[in-house]
Order: sequence, then C-alpha cells, then structure tokens
Amino acid sequence: MNVLLALPVVLPLLGAGTSILVGRSRRAQRVVGISVLTAVLGVAVAILVEVDRSGPVGSQAGGWPAPMGISLVADRLSALLLVVASAMLLLVLIYAIGQPGAERNHVGFQSVYLVLAGGVSAAFLTGDLFNLFVAIEMMLTASYVLITLGGRLEQVRSGMTYIVISLLASMLFLAALAYTYSATGTVNLAELAVRVPELPAGTRAALAALLLVVFGIKAALFPLYFWLPDSYPTAPSPVTAIFAGLLTKVGVYAIIRTQTLLFEGALPAGLFYGIAAATMVVGVLGAIAQDDVKRILSFNIVGQIGYMVIGIGLFDLAGLAAVIISLVHHIVVKTALFLTEGLIEHHSGSSRLNRLGGMATTAPVIAVLFGVAALALTGIPPLSGFVSKFSLMAAITAQREWWVLAVAILVSLLTLFSMVKIWVGVFWAPPGAAGADGAEVVDAPRGPGSPALMIVPTALLVTATVAIGVFGGPVHDLAERAAAGLLDPTPYLDAVAGR
Amino acid sequence: MSILLAFTAAALFGIGTYLVLQRKLSRVIIGVGLIGHGANVLLITAGRRGRSPIIGSSDRDGFADPLPQALALTAIVIAFGVTALLLALAYRSWLLTHDDEIADDLEDRQVARHGHTDAELLDAAAVEHRDPDADTDPDGPPPVAAPGHDDAPTVAPGHDDGGEAAR
Repeated sequence: MNVLLALPVVLPLLGAGTSILVGRSRRAQRVVGISVLTAVLGVAVAILVEVDRSGPVGSQAGGWPAPMGISLVADRLSALLLVVASAMLLLVLIYAIGQPGAERNHVGFQSVYLVLAGGVSAAFLTGDLFNLFVAIEMMLTASYVLITLGGRLEQVRSGMTYIVISLLASMLFLAALAYTYSATGTVNLAELAVRVPELPAGTRAALAALLLVVFGIKAALFPLYFWLPDSYPTAPSPVTAIFAGLLTKVGVYAIIRTQTLLFEGALPAGLFYGIAAATMVVGVLGAIAQDDVKRILSFNIVGQIGYMVIGIGLFDLAGLAAVIISLVHHIVVKTALFLTEGLIEHHSGSSRLNRLGGMATTAPVIAVLFGVAALALTGIPPLSGFVSKFSLMAAITAQREWWVLAVAILVSLLTLFSMVKIWVGVFWAPPGAAGADGAEVVDAPRGPGSPALMIVPTALLVTATVAIGVFGGPVHDLAERAAAGLLDPTPYLDAVAGR
Repeated sequence: MSILLAFTAAALFGIGTYLVLQRKLSRVIIGVGLIGHGANVLLITAGRRGRSPIIGSSDRDGFADPLPQALALTAIVIAFGVTALLLALAYRSWLLTHDDEIADDLEDRQVARHGHTDAELLDAAAVEHRDPDADTDPDGPPPVAAPGHDDAPTVAPGHDDGGEAAR
C-alpha cells in the first residue's frame, strides 16, 4: 500500500522525462502519456477502495520518519479527488490528441501535461504544508507553459497576468509558511494539528486568514478572482478544460484541508458566507455580461466556487459532505463544458456568440452534449448538479442561514440564464453570422484532427454527470464518510505521523 | 539581527509591491523577484541562528535550524525557474509588440463598453465599426493592433486612423 501512494506522483514525472526522450515520435509520446495516466487512474481507484475500507493510509518517502521526511497520505477525500482528477486528466489527454492544435504542434505538450498531472496528485496526497507549496508550484509551473503554448500575442498578455498573480500568491504562501514555522516550529500537518490550537487566538486567526488569502487566489474567490476569466479563455480548449476542472479545485481542497485540520473555528463562519455570496454573485453576473462562450464558462467557474465555500462555513457533516459532492460534480461538469466548447469551436471556428448559430441542426451531437452538461451545471434533476445543490441547500436549511440560501437559489437561476444565453446564441440563433462583423475568423486552430477522439471523452464525461445524479445515494454516502474523516481527523493525523 | 532581517524583508516586500504595480513588464518581473527574496529572508528568520549544523562538529544546542534554510533553498530554485520563464515571455511580448507595457484585456473593454450609452462612447464605437481589425483581431498586423492604451473615454491613440476620424 505504501508504494502505491507514491506512484501517482512518481509515474507522471517519469513519464514526462520519457516523453521528452521519445520526442521525435509523436506516436510513442502518446503511448507513454496515455499508459501513464491510465496506470495512475488504476492506482487511484485502488487507493480509494483501500482507504474507504480501512481508513487513511500514510507513507514516508525514503524511510525518513514523519517530521523530517516527505509524508504522503490519503484519506477518503484526497483519494476520491485523486480518482476524479486522474480520470479527467486521461480523458482530456485523449481529447487533446484528437484536436488539431496544441498537442500536435508542440513537442513539449505531453511532458508538460504529465508534470501537471504529477503536481495535482502530489497536492492531493501531501501531508506537509511545505510539500503542498512544492506540489502547487509544480502544477502551476506546468500550467504557465500550457497556457502560453503557441505564444500568440493575446496568450502572452493574459499568460503574463496569470503567472505574475500566481507567483505573488506563491510568495505569500511562502511568507505564511515562514510565519507558521516561527510560531510552531514545524510544517508537518500532523504536528501542526497539535501545536496550532495551542497558539493564541489572534495568531491562529492571522495564520488562517493569510492561508485563506493564498488559497483564495488559487481558487479564484472574491475579491481575488479577476485573473481567471482574463487568462483561461486564451488557452487551447483542452488546456482550459483541465485548468477549469482541476486547478481552482486544488485551491478549494487546500482551503478545506487547512481550515478543517488546523484552523477549526479560527475564522468566523460569517466571513465564509460573505466571501461565498460575493463570489457567487460576481461570478454569475460576470458570466451574464459576456458574449463569448469561453468567457461565460470561465466566469461561471468563479460563481460555482462560491457554493463550495458556503459548505466550509457551515462546517458540519452535511455541509462538508455537500462541499465534497460539489467538488466532484464541478470537476466533471466544468471539464465537460469546456470540452464541448472546444467541439463548438472546432465545428464553427469561433467561440463568440455573435458569430455562431444554428448548431442545433448542423451539429445535433454537440447540442445534446452541451445541453446535458449545461443542465447538470445548473442543477436540474436527475443530473449531478442536483445532488450537489440539493445536499448543500439541505445543509444550509439545517443551520437556518436563510440569506445564504436565498443567494444560492438566486445564483442558481442566474446560472441557468447564462447557460440559456449560450444555448440560444450557439444552437438556436440563425446561422451564417460568422465573419459578419468584418473580422476574419482566426480563433480556432485548423488542421488535421480526429473528431471521434474529441467526442468520445466528452460523451463519457457527460455520461458521468448523469451517473453521479442517478447514483446520488452511494455518492452522497461516500462524501459523508469523507466529511466524517474531516471532522474527526485523528486517523488522518496518525497516518501522516506514520503511527 | 532578527530585527534587521525583518526590516530587510519589509523593505523588499515594499519595493517589490511598488514595482509590481507598474505597467512595464521588466519592472514587474524585478518586483516579483524582490518579493520572492523578501519571502525567503522571512523564511530564514523563522529558524534559530547558530553554528553550521554539521553532525559531529559540535554539540547540538548551538546549531542553526537547518530546516528553514532547506525550505528557502527549494523556494529559490522554484523562483529561479519561474523567473526564467517569465523573462522568456517578456521577450516574446517585446518581439510581438515592440513594447514593454502590459496590455489591457480588449475583450473585457468591449464588454464594459456595451453597457454604456453616452454619446462619447457611441462615437468611439462608431469609429471602431469603421476600423474593426484594430480592436477585435489581436492577431492582426502588430503595429496597428498594438494594444496597451486605455481607450475608454477618449479614443485610443494606438488606433491611429480611427483616432483621427473621431477628432
């Protein structure tokens, strides 16, 4: 079991190196990429099964004992997210191979993508605050390369903003680590969980707030979200899909982990409600104002992150279970939506609403895929969004936070409106608007591609959203067991410390 | 000594923040670097001072705390790599625009403009209609499309012919 824990980090990194070695043959690179990610998915499922049966497991890399060495640890939450994340990484890689553009034109795409995969796995599995920093850096550095792949002016401009913001967040993280270390003398989560509660309340609140700001930038919370809708839309669509699915969610995971394990009650619940409400409202209003499919979807990422923060504020079994379901649901649905957006762009050559239209008749398959994914995002039963929103609203009702409930419902409706805006613009509007405003259509990469390889992963993801909705009961039970592990962290801490 | 290092860190953070807020890419990159140094200095101050921690050289009580130094070393390596990437991007940006400025998000400006109806902005929109390439196509010929100017109320000086027409 211990060796298994290291594999999701080690395999992608080895794969990234191998991918460069065989860089002359794109086919060999693809074999390496797909087999590595399939293996990681298999390992992740094995870890989840094991962890769900017998509780959190830990592993000390290189045999160094806990506070010195690199602790890897998996509980139900991290194992579940690892399974979902590696499934997304595999499907999006297959999609990227099918799409003309990014993967075909760049030797480095596969290896950078694998580094990103390794970083995401490491972030979910680490049992040490400093290694969380390293894992997030690994993931982000890979994302810096992916987002500017192609080097167009627009990409360089937005990529620059993205990199500078992320880098500043990382530097703040480093400062937070320095404060944490000087206050407690350790960065290991197991030791921190013992020593942080002994600190004076003010110090705890300061550390909690600083880490919330750091991860708030990564997760795109209000008022630190502005970089996201600016930078994500410029990347190639498979890259945007994987960013939308995973990167912000790693930030949310880090918030959940630190706020539950270390800083329980250090910050008032009202703060989380306020941040959540502002994030939701700003995100959804931003989405409504845009008239480009990618930008609408990017603003919706921001809006949806707000829902997860509500659950962190509730901080009870039902609330945290709802956050975990929302995480899984959003990873799947957001990835699916951005992949369908890629299909739209591939089909019509643009992602701007005023240049699209009539795709309900010209591309019915894309229409069905988008329709189901959009309904899942807004929370229509029997899709995954319904399970996530229903459990969240039930949890809010139980705590009698009526204004939060009102905001959540209102934002749900507005999200539906923004999705309808895309639906009408892309699928129902009269076709033939392309190039009508005089500008040449240059958005989508052209060249040989394989539409089947693009449609199959998208269809699988859309099926997954239906499956999460239909099997809502078992999914909710699993999320509840994971949430119970967050509320009673003793087994997790034992696993980190290697006891 | 700690006080001195704390003030050094504060100064580095302050200067870095000022530089990051500038519009020139080179300054932003230097600013990010300075903030990184500030964070590393802070990390070093978090540990105990003392002699070099080599096992067997003397008794353990006088040792400096090696952990923050190891952490700072890791952070320096990461910052080094990312700064190199950032410099490469800045160079790319200079090749594309022949300018060192951070450009505005054109898409965002367009959306912002749709919401306004006052005459001045309608004029600007009319001008743009005549010269659509300048604003909607970032891949167009760089000298004309070079963005980077705040074109909200008055017409952008960057869109040469359009600007003349408005005046």
